[in-house]
Amino acid sequence: MDKVGIIGVGQSAFVRGYPGSIRELAFEGFKEAIQDAGITTKDIGASIICSAPEYDKQRSPAGVFAEYMGLIPQPTFYVETLCSSSSTGVRLAYSLIKSGIHEMVAVIGFQKMSEISSAESQERMGRGADIQWESPFGTMMPAYYAMYARVHMAKYGTTSEDLSLIRVKAATYGQINEKAVYRKPVTFEMFSDPANPMSGPVASPLRVGDCCANADGSSCVIVANEEKAKAFSKKPVWIMGLGAASTAVNMAGRDLFTGLTVGIEAGQQAYKMAGVGPKDIDVAEVHDCFTIAEMMAYENLGFAKPGEGRDLIRSKETYKEGSIPVNVDGGLLSKGHPIGATGGSQIRTIVLQLRGEAGPMQVKDPEIGLVHNIGGVGLYGNVTILGR
Amino acid sequence: MAKKEKDMDIRFGKFGTVSFTSTTKINDFIDRLEQGKISGSKCKGCGKVCFPPQADCNNCFGKDMEWFDVSGKGMLLTYSRLEYAPVGFENDLPYSIALLDFGDYKVFGRISSDIPEDEIKVGMSMKVVTNRLPNGQLNYVFQKA
Repeated sequence: MDKVGIIGVGQSAFVRGYPGSIRELAFEGFKEAIQDAGITTKDIGASIICSAPEYDKQRSPAGVFAEYMGLIPQPTFYVETLCSSSSTGVRLAYSLIKSGIHEMVAVIGFQKMSEISSAESQERMGRGADIQWESPFGTMMPAYYAMYARVHMAKYGTTSEDLSLIRVKAATYGQINEKAVYRKPVTFEMFSDPANPMSGPVASPLRVGDCCANADGSSCVIVANEEKAKAFSKKPVWIMGLGAASTAVNMAGRDLFTGLTVGIEAGQQAYKMAGVGPKDIDVAEVHDCFTIAEMMAYENLGFAKPGEGRDLIRSKETYKEGSIPVNVDGGLLSKGHPIGATGGSQIRTIVLQLRGEAGPMQVKDPEIGLVHNIGGVGLYGNVTILGR
Repeated sequence: MAKKEKDMDIRFGKFGTVSFTSTTKINDFIDRLEQGKISGSKCKGCGKVCFPPQADCNNCFGKDMEWFDVSGKGMLLTYSRLEYAPVGFENDLPYSIALLDFGDYKVFGRISSDIPEDEIKVGMSMKVVTNRLPNGQLNYVFQKA
């Protein structure tokens, strides 16, 4: 009796300008997960609240949320690793359960990005890098990832057109995901039309269409020990592998610019723990905060050799019908990227896929799924492998 | 014991268009910038070279460091030209952030705004020079070398 399972998943719709407070936003994902698991708040031994700081004014949101969700007097605490906060939360939940301290833990991720303007958001995100030595130059996330795209293009011949193909795929599934913030189609031709906003420059070589959509949203994952999981769930999904890593925050401290070392290292750890390899993965969610990030994830996770990620997207192998479906829920690019909620939402997508409950996005009979969730500019990496 | 606010050495607040750090144990970095020098640190104990400089050595835990000046040519590893800026940097647009490789260390900074984008190529040789910004702040930029 030592497996750890996921018995409930939920997320709010990802939207622009959520008309409510952060506790109300977080409650949406939480309520769905509790109902999905068929449990009550009394069954939960502890809650872990996950977000990136400074998007809202609430300091220490854990206590506020625990009260609003009905999770007092159980312990609650806050964890953050920027955009991978809720994957880190699931890693901690696993540890709390595996250690025997708790039998069931709720991991609640949230972000209300619309509390501040887009330019303010870029400034906040930029300060998720090195504020002493880099932020004073005027940095922001798209520009950092653009620096990786530049090297990937120079070394491997990857093109902007290849990146456009990734955005087109994301939009294909964003249109059929009722919880996605961006539900409109994106065509390849939009990127070559100077009048189309998608082709607008942001930070060369990345364009507006290469960047994910900011959103408000929440997610929740209910993690339980094997006994509770089997008692409450007809279709528990098991955590087979976990990997996590960090790297130098300053670009000057890094050596690899064609991929993210944290993605490589976290992936290798998770594969080893799960006893599987890239070829065993039937469906994956990867951290496509920018199109280039998905391209690098293909290679860093071993779905393609370094430099050959483009072949996967050109041949549509990462579409729903392909050999390794990736981000068939629209990904961060179209589903949206409410920072602290993203990892939990990715895990929800894979759990629903493995249960066969993903609706129009369902991949054919997957048994093993992978979640790749990155924080900052490849600063933190989490890879989670799930199985039926 | 912490000093009173009025006695604090806040020289580092002069670094970059907008500085997010007012003081550091290596505030002398700013004085060296004023003198036209871009400096990294070398640990006197184990010889570890750091750019950006740091007051503490996480290798030998020694507390003595000495400055070295970045000199010569670096290779442009990568860059991005921003057409959209975070709050506080709007007046600098457009500008390019970049990374130069000097072999033993790398330097993150901006490309000099007088270089047209079509003349910027990954792999090109560049040097780093100090720069005074229109708002009186200091940083450093990369020029052709």
